Amino acid sequence: MALKWQDYKTDVFVDWCPGCGNHAILAAVQVALSELGLEPHQVVFVSGIGCSGKLPHFVKAYGVHTLHGRTLPFAQGIKISNPDLEVIAVGGDGDGLGIGVGHFVNAGRRNIDMVYMIHDNGVYGLTKGQASPTLKFGLKVKSIPRENINEGINPIMIALSSGYTFVARGYAFHTKHLKDLIKQAVEHKGLAFLDILQPCPTYNDVNTKDWYEGIDRKDPDTGISKPRIYRLEETGYDPVVRNEDEKFVKIVAAMEKAREWGDRIPIGIFYKNELAPTFQDRIGQRIPFYLKNPPAKQRICDENGVPITDINLFIKEVKAE
Amino acid sequence: MAANAVSASTKQLVDEYFESSSGVDFHMDAGFNWMAGGPQGSGVDTAANILGKACAIGGLHVYGRREYHSNIKGMHSYFHLRVSEKEISANVDEVDLLAAFDAETVVRHVTEVVQEGGIIVDSRQLNTRILEIPSLPLEFKSNFSQFMEKNEIGETLQDLLNYAGRKGIHVFPVAYTDLLYQVADSLNLEKTAKLNRMINVVTVGLSFGILGYEINTVKKALVSIFSEKSKLIDMNVRALEIAYSYAQMNFRTFPFPLKIEKSAQEERVLLSGNQAVAIGKVLGGCRVQTYYPITPAADESEFIEAHEILETKESGLNAGVVVVQTEDEIAAVNMASGAALTGVRAATSTSGPGFSLMVEGLSWAGMNEVPLVITYYQRGAPSTGLPTRHGQDDLRFAIHGGHGEFPRIVLASGDISECFYDAVNAFNYAEMFQLPVIHLIDKALANSFQTLKVFDTKQIRINRGSVVSEEMLSKGSYKRFAFNETGVSPRAYLGMKGGVHWYTGDEHNELGHISEEPLNRTLMMEKRMKKLNTVLKEIPSSEKINYFGKAGAENIIVSWGSPKGAIVEAVGELIKEGFNIGFLQVRLVHPLPVNEIVEIMGNAKHVIDIEMNYSGQLGGIIREKTGILHDYEIVKFNGRPMTVTEVYDAVKFVLVGKAPKRQVLTHGA
Repeated sequence: MALKWQDYKTDVFVDWCPGCGNHAILAAVQVALSELGLEPHQVVFVSGIGCSGKLPHFVKAYGVHTLHGRTLPFAQGIKISNPDLEVIAVGGDGDGLGIGVGHFVNAGRRNIDMVYMIHDNGVYGLTKGQASPTLKFGLKVKSIPRENINEGINPIMIALSSGYTFVARGYAFHTKHLKDLIKQAVEHKGLAFLDILQPCPTYNDVNTKDWYEGIDRKDPDTGISKPRIYRLEETGYDPVVRNEDEKFVKIVAAMEKAREWGDRIPIGIFYKNELAPTFQDRIGQRIPFYLKNPPAKQRICDENGVPITDINLFIKEVKAE
Repeated sequence: MAANAVSASTKQLVDEYFESSSGVDFHMDAGFNWMAGGPQGSGVDTAANILGKACAIGGLHVYGRREYHSNIKGMHSYFHLRVSEKEISANVDEVDLLAAFDAETVVRHVTEVVQEGGIIVDSRQLNTRILEIPSLPLEFKSNFSQFMEKNEIGETLQDLLNYAGRKGIHVFPVAYTDLLYQVADSLNLEKTAKLNRMINVVTVGLSFGILGYEINTVKKALVSIFSEKSKLIDMNVRALEIAYSYAQMNFRTFPFPLKIEKSAQEERVLLSGNQAVAIGKVLGGCRVQTYYPITPAADESEFIEAHEILETKESGLNAGVVVVQTEDEIAAVNMASGAALTGVRAATSTSGPGFSLMVEGLSWAGMNEVPLVITYYQRGAPSTGLPTRHGQDDLRFAIHGGHGEFPRIVLASGDISECFYDAVNAFNYAEMFQLPVIHLIDKALANSFQTLKVFDTKQIRINRGSVVSEEMLSKGSYKRFAFNETGVSPRAYLGMKGGVHWYTGDEHNELGHISEEPLNRTLMMEKRMKKLNTVLKEIPSSEKINYFGKAGAENIIVSWGSPKGAIVEAVGELIKEGFNIGFLQVRLVHPLPVNEIVEIMGNAKHVIDIEMNYSGQLGGIIREKTGILHDYEIVKFNGRPMTVTEVYDAVKFVLVGKAPKRQVLTHGA
């Protein structure tokens, strides 16, 4: 029987603020899972701390709600041990690009076959609206006392330079588009990064839904708004690396697109490269049976608890003879 | 004597430090003690490995301790190797034969060489002016110059050796380069500075020549140590032969011959603490190991990675350990935690500064009842402290590190053999009780090597704890954190069909969802914490403590970790001398096995706490949990492990009623 999005719903009350972009992201996630036909037990959501951190509790699939900034290490540990699981890491921009930026960069070096999505709203919501690493320089959002004194960082550029092989940006309220991006991220072979613009209606009163969608700048004559958000795929942009030589050309093109902000903000896939070996491939090179018999599936003892690992090779090496 | 430096003034300390430290009334069989020293990177380790292996092959027991600076090349390092006909697991203070690669080694260790002992020295360095040796630290120079003044020693190495000669020490001066040139001539090699790399083998050859040990056994050891660098074997064998025969021809007066011990029947291994843990972990089923490089923990992970492909006894099934070098310790601990949730036995290894970064992740593992194993190699602290030296000052940190209260187990291995068995136990306990287990080791165990009987793996059982099957899961809704009597709820692994559940660092309900309800919080805290009682009930006493000596002894020593070897030997000697003494080694340091401890210590007349830290941490914990005070404490925190000699001296000082309440041991270069 085909799965419906409701099959991924839990009984837990969704306690995000009314109007929060997270509701839309949750819906996109649930629909994506049902369309992918993944059963709840095959999927693990791993989150950090903050509003986004609660998402796993609202999804009926395995959920691991971890520590602030530590989403990726937990997620990688799970995926390395049991590559059959579909691992989706979820975090906020503060979580992933502030406290967790070291992990963000280093996960890229490994290219583990999983998904990492950032709910990117420019503020720390649960601690009441402080500026996050993606808030642009000079902006004064509602609850910070002075203009942002730091430069805002660009997660797309960091992902591209760290080795992520699928780099995309979604917008929470283009929910169907977002759902398609999530599906493609899951299906991507390698580490997929998805930066999701997610207006925080409570604390970010600059990058609002109206701002992203251009409601604040309607054409005075026609009354039609001029959205800042636009879709890369509608401009003929091609993110896919089809041979090794193309890799850097495509990264440079993606970097160029990633610089756009303000009047035109691209969403869609910036970069996609399935030619790079995943971490599983790399481990498989060293431990040939790794995928067939990954760590979590290995038997370590017989029915009586007698260890079945042969340590004679070790002993031979340290034998006193 | 140096061992009993109690409330001494600095002046006294300096005097004592440079006095020969062997106690006058010390009758113990110290075996034969060899020391090689030289600049870091000059092959001290290799020399010690060849020597140790040669003795082990010859049926002798060896115990070797490595000391090195936090430096890559150039600073003084040495290896103290003790050889005996009986099993040993500690050093003594004495050095019988010192093989000095350089002048500094002589200066550093001359006071440790016993009367009638020997010093092998490069004769080309005899004119070295001692106080101009650039790598000697200022503090050392200033103390040593006082020593030189007091003993009317001139300025050069030759003057110092003359002093040693007056003390009855044999000096064996050899021009190392002359021997190396002979090697080059005989093999038609160029006479370049590269030859100096063989100084270590030259000193091994000289040592064994002086000792009259059978050369073929040494060759066998050398070939085995160089097996991965086979190109170098011929050259080094030749260097060994030339040095050996030079010593045989020129030096004949040494009173410490070393003989092959034919009686050894049992199969033995010669390995370090790092290796013992690594082998124990793999046998115990570790399949994911994460780490961030840190001394002295990293060797363990590297050893595992070098053997990542495993054989299993079930045909056609191959296994392997995935070793991940992470970006930091935070990633290491959390990656291992994530791995453990999938049902794999996962671990990480670190030292003090790394553990500091791990405690947040440790709290998460505690909150979520994750069977996570952390192998914790203590070293001198606080902060970076003494990064390559010894210390046992992290007991309380291991027990209390992390915010909030949650159950954990802390095990402390006392010797290299226990390192192996406890590595298996750590995983068993982690899964049986579903909690983090911290396996405490220290640098003295990590970097020492020792001959041991081959591990008895027949007795080892793996206990995977309570796990639900997918069949059980299909019957109804599963609660990962179900309340029950023992506090241990049956586990489902991530990915099991029908077992969907949640983890969160927030307080949670039985399903794993966030709950801030006061009643749930109370029940959930109690569920977790009552595991500690379950632990104390289910772990057998033999795995909680060791006791050495007569039951009901009047005087009880209590200690933990690496001082075990020195204490066991010193206590054995004191019992032989008729003293009424026993030694309680605490292996399960948390939760503390209060019943066992009270039973042994409750009626003792005197309790002597021996620890390698400033404050006597275990003594304090025992006082807190049992109300038993210790009457004496013997502590050491200079970065060097306790020797049998100084433990013997200090304990005897207590037993004859002369010791103050607190003795601070200071031996070690």
